[in-house]
Amino acid sequence: MLNQDYKKDFPILQQTMQGKPLVYLDNGATTQKPDSVIAAVRDYYTHANANPHRGAYELSVQATDIYENARVRTQKFINAQHSHEIIFTKNATESLNLIAYSYGLSTLQPGDEVVISIAEHHSNLVPWQRVCQQKGATLKYIYLEKDGNLSQQDINEKITAKTKIVAVTQVSNILGLINPVKEIVKKAHAAGAVVVVDGSQSVPHIKVDVQELDADFFVFSGHKMLSPMGIGVLYGKEALLNAMPPFLMGGDMIDYVEEQHTEYAPLPAKFEAGTQNVGGAAGLVAAIDYLENFGMEKVADIEAELVQYALEKLADMPYIELYGCNSRLDNKTGIIAFNVRDVHPHDVATILDAQGVAVRAGHHCAQPLLAYLGQNATCRASFYFYNTKEDVDRWLAALSKVRGVLGYGA
Amino acid sequence: MELDSIYTELIAEHSRSAENKHPLAFPTVTQKGRNPSCGDEITLQLQVKDGVIEDAAFTGIGCAISQASTSIMIDLIKGETVEQAKHLADLFLKMIKREINDEAELEELDEALALKNISNMPARVKCAVLSWHTLQQII
Repeated sequence: MLNQDYKKDFPILQQTMQGKPLVYLDNGATTQKPDSVIAAVRDYYTHANANPHRGAYELSVQATDIYENARVRTQKFINAQHSHEIIFTKNATESLNLIAYSYGLSTLQPGDEVVISIAEHHSNLVPWQRVCQQKGATLKYIYLEKDGNLSQQDINEKITAKTKIVAVTQVSNILGLINPVKEIVKKAHAAGAVVVVDGSQSVPHIKVDVQELDADFFVFSGHKMLSPMGIGVLYGKEALLNAMPPFLMGGDMIDYVEEQHTEYAPLPAKFEAGTQNVGGAAGLVAAIDYLENFGMEKVADIEAELVQYALEKLADMPYIELYGCNSRLDNKTGIIAFNVRDVHPHDVATILDAQGVAVRAGHHCAQPLLAYLGQNATCRASFYFYNTKEDVDRWLAALSKVRGVLGYGA
Repeated sequence: MELDSIYTELIAEHSRSAENKHPLAFPTVTQKGRNPSCGDEITLQLQVKDGVIEDAAFTGIGCAISQASTSIMIDLIKGETVEQAKHLADLFLKMIKREINDEAELEELDEALALKNISNMPARVKCAVLSWHTLQQII
């Protein structure tokens, strides 16, 4: 499976970096875009661009069709029950803020509890911190087992009758471990809480079915799954979305506006104020087409093979520290967080960059998780299906030079 | 980008050196400097008497560039007047921003000249200037 050249579909991966073939290992931050996605965006702006839902003329009708088709395509991709349960946003961060500000602010009462995990990205942490502070609610954390998976004891004990919202990532953007979301949803529902699932790091890598998970809200970003930047998704159960107040106000989200009163539009328009990103939606459709044609199982299989291959080789590099790599591998996606002994992650990233290898270094927008792990920062290599064993070899060869550049012995 | 133009032997040595990395016993001023985007954090301490920096040291965490830049800065300002330290900080930042390129004019920066090539690496400029900005806040 790994012998095939999937990179041929991705023009940017044909480029050289610092005079060397580009080894792109920052897919957790954003993925590269295939020709078909770039063409879909170009086609939209070349042939169909107009403001959707507005004009009674052919181009606007076409733009509306493209946009609404994207909603149906997205609904089927994650198996939502209704297409109006799909709200387009600019990214997962906006989706999470929408939930926190609309659902959170309007339902939380003083003394209520919101439960999140310590492995959350800041986008599923800071909005809850803020909303809890505003409403006098308490923010509680599910911590980790030694192997990086969520603490079973915390899942059992922290979700109580006081819990009103549980917000949890399906896959941590640093540890790459798949959390037991279905089990958490069951516990939360039994306690009367709603569950918000951050799918930013799961939807691009594993098959997701929101009805099977029974998630109340589910969010993800297009750009981490081959789409252009600037298109994101919020899925919410119909009854919840209907009961929630709007988040952003303005054009297209209304039925009637009077001087002192407004009737809001029904779903999904109620949550889509202003001109939407139709070009991004066209790109998202092309991305979903690409991934479904490729097969999500195959994506997961390739990443698993790459992780296993890399971890075997990393075991022979005693100066490398790994995070989240002691767990069983069948619940790990293609993310390897690591540090080089004595060397700061930013220096590691710079030295790898000089050898044409792109990795992320820093706190990965998850400072509470790093503090919990006792780290200031880490490096992160994150794979996608177009990466190869040769990429892993080039990354590890570059990594073996890092300590020498800074004058440390092997 | 040539790695050895950035991670020179001098930079690597300073980044590993503990000579200037310790708390001061009798600091007259203490200032924290942070790069929120990368989490680097240093605490710079000076012992100033009659307008002269009698001693200086730092603690904290950061990459090789920020640690080396801080260590080199401390070597340069120790024993100098506050006025001269201000002048050096100004000169260093102008070198990094490429406002001054003339080697003769930059000569006073001595070992800090080794950081000149950082201006070719926009992603790392903030690492090199952290300690100098921190110094500017307290003198």
